[in-house]
Amino acid sequence: MKITLKDVENVALLSRLEFPENELATFTEQLNAFLEYADVLNQVNVEGIEPTAHVLPLKNVMRADEAKPSLARELALSNAPEQENGYFKVPKIMEG
Amino acid sequence: MDYEIVIGLEVHTELKTDSKIFCGCSTKFGSEQNTNVCPVCLGLPGVLPVINEKVVEFAIKAGLALNCSILPFSKFDRKNYYYPDLPKNFQTSQYDLPIAVNGYLDIEVNGETRRIGVTRVHMEEDAGKLVHSGTISNSDYALVDYNRTGVPLIEIVSEPDLRTPEEAKAYLEKLKSILEYIDVSDCKMEEGSLRCDANISLRKQGESKLGTKTELKNLNSFKMVQKGLEYEAERQADVLEDGGRIIQETRSWDDAKGITVSMRSKEQAHDYRYFPEPDLVPIVVDPAKVEEIRINLPELPDARKNRLMADYGLSGYDAGVITASRAVAEYYDQIIAFKAEPKAAANWLMGEVSKFLNSANLGIEQCPVSPEKLAGLISLIEQGTISSKIAKTVFEEMWNSGKDADAIVKEKGLVQITDTGEIEAIVDSVIAANPQSVADFKAGKDRALGFLVGQIMKQTKGRANPEMVNKLLRDRL
Repeated sequence: MKITLKDVENVALLSRLEFPENELATFTEQLNAFLEYADVLNQVNVEGIEPTAHVLPLKNVMRADEAKPSLARELALSNAPEQENGYFKVPKIMEG
Repeated sequence: MDYEIVIGLEVHTELKTDSKIFCGCSTKFGSEQNTNVCPVCLGLPGVLPVINEKVVEFAIKAGLALNCSILPFSKFDRKNYYYPDLPKNFQTSQYDLPIAVNGYLDIEVNGETRRIGVTRVHMEEDAGKLVHSGTISNSDYALVDYNRTGVPLIEIVSEPDLRTPEEAKAYLEKLKSILEYIDVSDCKMEEGSLRCDANISLRKQGESKLGTKTELKNLNSFKMVQKGLEYEAERQADVLEDGGRIIQETRSWDDAKGITVSMRSKEQAHDYRYFPEPDLVPIVVDPAKVEEIRINLPELPDARKNRLMADYGLSGYDAGVITASRAVAEYYDQIIAFKAEPKAAANWLMGEVSKFLNSANLGIEQCPVSPEKLAGLISLIEQGTISSKIAKTVFEEMWNSGKDADAIVKEKGLVQITDTGEIEAIVDSVIAANPQSVADFKAGKDRALGFLVGQIMKQTKGRANPEMVNKLLRDRL
């Protein structure tokens, strides 16, 4: 699979990121290098092997339905670049 | 040209758990903004979500009640999109291995039963709530409350089997009823604990290929679902008639204007780039556990309806109305347990009781007249102690005072007069006082008899047995 400049532009857009033209070209090259490396895996014979959903041999790790105290609101908001009246304040939303 | 309407519904319902799906924060509705949040649901770095076992149990329960197969191996995936209602920039959901698949539910519209396929039921987390200053399009910023982020949801996706907006509404009513019966959700559309998006397309009659669909959002009541779909079906037909093409898009229902409006999106095609959630391990369902849940499912609406028809001879319509809500059906069973005559009990429940509840905006759970007291009232009518007309007055008094029917009847002297002698005396006095009416009746004017009966009922304050009055009056004349 070959990643094109267009793919990178699309992923950047979906991720709300903006890059200068030359960086987009660099990323395209680098991402292709990653994928080429991952392609090595395609040479492995996986016949009869179940698809792996998780790397650890664990299943059904669950917790009981018990409500526990939450974070104090000042703490929850302490990393917010902007806040107002106990809310997180975010820029204008483009969709809608 | 005639078009066939094709509708599929996606219903999200919040599960009635105490804590969120992946953390211990409370799910309580209406808390102060951002007070039910923690590092896990805020998506802070380095935290690990752990699934709430109740969510899995409820999802299996819903799957079974909708006749689905429970997948023995299920997992979570990340659905990536950037919108500030998600602090993590992805929603933890299920993609290719949902908890339940391939079910159905039966709906009845215009006396015809139709089976509607349920494609899948999957578990996911709810998103937060955005509060806009001004309108969404002209505000400079938005405020976010993450209390709802991480509240457990199940999404129930139907097959595109629905053919009319009316069927879509019937499907939702049935689904809500089933979810209430199995007690996994409050299903309150006004609190957002039940939400519905609708996919709709048209195709020429007889065509098997599906047309291009649009997705409708902002359908905040069952009525809006029906109205929105009716409008959209007409809009699409107009576009097609004019030789146009339907654009696949999301449209929002504007209830005030009664139209759907395109929600132009800056994003091109939605590309959620799902991938397996590495922070949660797979769910392997023990078949014995599934069987245990299946065995413990309560009697569901269809079964209950059939039982009321078979055991009490209720009509399909009456049994359907009573069993649509589990609470109403339970109230009914209790009236019967207190030995009320089943058909009379059904009539009272669908008549006076529901009339009073509606006007007081109460649910059956808050009904001030208990099933036992209502049964008492019904048996007074059955025994002939009071007439059904008087019973309505007694009911109103019971509603207001909480007293027993018996006590009210005695206190107010409302006992029906069944003593022939007593009624005869009144009949005679009314005949004597109204010679003109008597003459009219004898001259063939039947209406005059009604007047005389009315006079007698008035004198007895409605306590005379109307049948007896009619008979005695006719005998005398």
